[in-house]
Amino acid sequence: MKRVIAAVLLGILTVVALVLFLNFRGEDEIHDAPPLTPPAGESVARGAYLVRAGNCMACHTERGGVPFAGGRAIETPFGTAYASNITPDRQTGIGDWSASQFWRALHNGRSRDGRLLYPAFPYANYTLVTRADADAMFDYLRSVSPVARANTPHRLRWPYSTQAALAVWRAMYFSPAQYRDDAAQTAEWNRGAYLVRGLGHCGACHTTRNALGANSDMLDLSGGVIPMQSWYAPSLASPGEAGLHDWETAQVVRLLQSGVADRGTVLGPMAEVVLHSTQHMAPADLRAMAVYLKALPRTTAGAADAPVAGVRMAERGAKLYEQHCAQCHGDEGEGVRGAYPPLAGNRAVTLPEAANLVQVVLGGGFPPATTGNPRPFGMPPFATLLSDDDVAAVVSHIRGAWGNKAGAVSEFAVSQQRGGIGR
Amino acid sequence: MQMKFLNWLAIAPAWILAAAIAQAAPRFEDSMAQRTLACTGCHGKEGRAGPDGYYPRISGKPAGYLYNQLLNFRDGRRHYGLMARLLDPLSDAYLLEIAQHFAALDLPYAAPPPATAAPAQLQRGQALVREGDPAHDIPACVQCHGDALTGAAPNTPGLLGLSRDYLNSQLGAWRTGQRRAHAPDCMARIARQLSPEDVAAVAAWLAAQPLPRDTRAVATLPRPPAILCGSAMRPAGRPQP
Ligand code: HEC
Ligand code: HEC
Ligand code: HEC
Ligand code: HEC
Ligand code: HEC
Repeated sequence: MKRVIAAVLLGILTVVALVLFLNFRGEDEIHDAPPLTPPAGESVARGAYLVRAGNCMACHTERGGVPFAGGRAIETPFGTAYASNITPDRQTGIGDWSASQFWRALHNGRSRDGRLLYPAFPYANYTLVTRADADAMFDYLRSVSPVARANTPHRLRWPYSTQAALAVWRAMYFSPAQYRDDAAQTAEWNRGAYLVRGLGHCGACHTTRNALGANSDMLDLSGGVIPMQSWYAPSLASPGEAGLHDWETAQVVRLLQSGVADRGTVLGPMAEVVLHSTQHMAPADLRAMAVYLKALPRTTAGAADAPVAGVRMAERGAKLYEQHCAQCHGDEGEGVRGAYPPLAGNRAVTLPEAANLVQVVLGGGFPPATTGNPRPFGMPPFATLLSDDDVAAVVSHIRGAWGNKAGAVSEFAVSQQRGGIGR
Repeated sequence: MQMKFLNWLAIAPAWILAAAIAQAAPRFEDSMAQRTLACTGCHGKEGRAGPDGYYPRISGKPAGYLYNQLLNFRDGRRHYGLMARLLDPLSDAYLLEIAQHFAALDLPYAAPPPATAAPAQLQRGQALVREGDPAHDIPACVQCHGDALTGAAPNTPGLLGLSRDYLNSQLGAWRTGQRRAHAPDCMARIARQLSPEDVAAVAAWLAAQPLPRDTRAVATLPRPPAILCGSAMRPAGRPQP
């Protein structure tokens, strides 16, 4: 009996030791003190650029709040996490942090006091950021005005709220890493890979998350539904979804820079990425990202498609289209260049996963107002005008018209998404 | 007689044109009206108020006021999700341009619905609007909204042509903090001084008033108001509205 207990205890200890080991591996000891001198101007400017490339402000700023003062709610399947105050306030922000502590947050996902951080903060991607880039971002953040705003406590459900659960999760899904240049590839490709997989954290949305909220393979960019948002970030590896393999490099750059390209317009969460982040990036960096994305190993889109719309539904859909949509998108779904995206031959329309279509029709939207497209045209929301049934019919219609060959969307699928609109 | 005929002649082309537009499918044009079709779906054709009166009129209101509201919705000081989502990806400079577009429209107003409220309530409403209630620290609304209640440039809107429901809900929202304006938020202070009966009275009276011939906001008020009201800064390098 004693032996059994001893064996069980030993087993538990081993697992705990393993979890602890996995959580702290790859960490350097911290010896440096918070810097006493103001940061150098050059480093601040470089840091400002990198902070935009990493889109730190989007999460770390509340609606209408002071930039970087935190408080924005990030909804997850496990509850709500609130982004932290990362202004240099000494009591409530990162004013008392050292450069190594900041690096450890990005690289290892641990806070100044040693607390494990929730992966709503995409450090699984940021872990690839170099120390030099992290230091420059730290310098930039030290240069912004401090704001005294205490962090909002997270509202996560038990057991996800515990450090122990987080430690187990990290042992399973997170390992700190460094970006290593692939010698077989060009310098441009490597720069692109670093930005897409690391600082740009494209995979945080464009990769499927498993039931525990982990990206199955952080870096495969094979597409995934963004938790709690009813938006689908399409696969960047599949030419049938959002793969860019057969796009001209200049068109990819244009999409990331202005939000519109000949063959697509960014929507919803992707519009935010372009608005706050990629539009500000240097053309050379955008080109590098395009080169990397175009060279991703091709996959074919997964899920088998639903059956096409029946005749009655198709007729009703066509009528609704003529009445509500043709005015902008054209009788043949041809759109208006520079104003309204075409719907014929548009991958956003024929994606197997129709969540984004329902979102667009219910909520409408403008492409982001960027330097490259400062005065965009808008689409009205139809949530107050069309029933679930109508939306299903019109969306099914455009998925099957003008050479488009995608399956119908059910009324049920629409009603499931309606709740999330306009909150 | 001749006068009437001349009048008719002057407006006839507009009528004919309007009828023609209503029949042919509207053609694409590179204009602000085209860009803001996403707004006029709710706010009524050219922004002259939606069918049920709850979607407020936006055309012809002072540009500074409209601009401040667009920022308020985008930045969470006023709440309407469907609209905020449209504004989220737009820049301050573009929001100002949208505000100026709607402000420049000069379109006729519909006649107000007949007043249904009790005479005593209407009287109280009128008194509050014209004289305020010094005993309760309520300034006269005309101090800021202008003697004709058509607003004052650049940031104060008119109070006529709005539905009773809309007025009630806006003053109510200020009382509960659901609607906020740029600091100092003078309307929040005033709305909190109003009792629920006062709110109902001013809403009933205002909603029943016809508009004067000249519906435009006055350029300057006769006297500077006693309370200060806040406003956003204009985007750098842009003309003041
Ligand atoms: C997708 C949203 C998101 C993005 C993008 C993001 N963060 Fe965060 N960040 C968070 C959340 C949520 C937390 C809180 C995690 C926790 O407390 O466990 C956080 C925490 C942090 C912390 C730790 C603060 C503390 O007090 O412990 C730092 C430092 C930080 N982020 C820096 C950055 C930087 C630098 C960037 C850009 C390169 C960035 N973040 C981008 C969501 C984000
Ligand atoms: C916050 C989540 C999120 C992040 C981060 C994100 N995306 Fe997206 N992306 C989306 C969603 C949702 C869509 C689908 C909507 C659309 O078509 O724009 C999308 C669409 C796209 C498209 C297809 C656009 C079109 O119209 O064909 C491309 C290309 C793309 N993303 C590239 C990127 C790149 C490169 C990055 C990293 C810099 C990135 N995304 C980061 C959510 C995200
Ligand atoms: C007033 C003009 C207008 C009307 C009417 C309109 N749209 Fe749109 N539509 C747009 C604009 C502008 C966009 C780009 C929106 C964005 O980027 O957020 C768009 C985007 C879309 C997209 C996404 C395309 C892409 O490349 O990502 C779909 C799908 C769509 N509309 C379908 C419809 C349907 C269905 C209707 C009728 C129920 C309709 N639209 C009515 C202007 C319009
Ligand atoms: C889905 C319907 C809808 C759409 C689309 C919409 N709005 Fe609104 N708007 C409203 C409602 C409802 C209110 C009043 C909200 C409240 O405060 O209760 C409002 C209020 C406003 C106000 C404040 C009016 C005032 O007198 O205070 C402005 C300005 C405005 N909208 C402008 C716009 C612009 C510009 C667009 C297009 C970009 C737009 N709206 C699109 C429904 C809509
Ligand atoms: C000290 C100046 C001042 C006084 C006095 C004042 N207002 Fe206002 N009012 C404003 C300003 C400025 C705004 C615009 C606020 C904003 O930017 O949201 C406003 C806005 C409003 C609105 C919103 C209109 C809309 O279209 O949404 C209503 C309703 C209103 N006032 C009612 C009143 C009433 C009723 C009174 C008298 C009891 C009054 N106000 C007195 C300055 C004043």
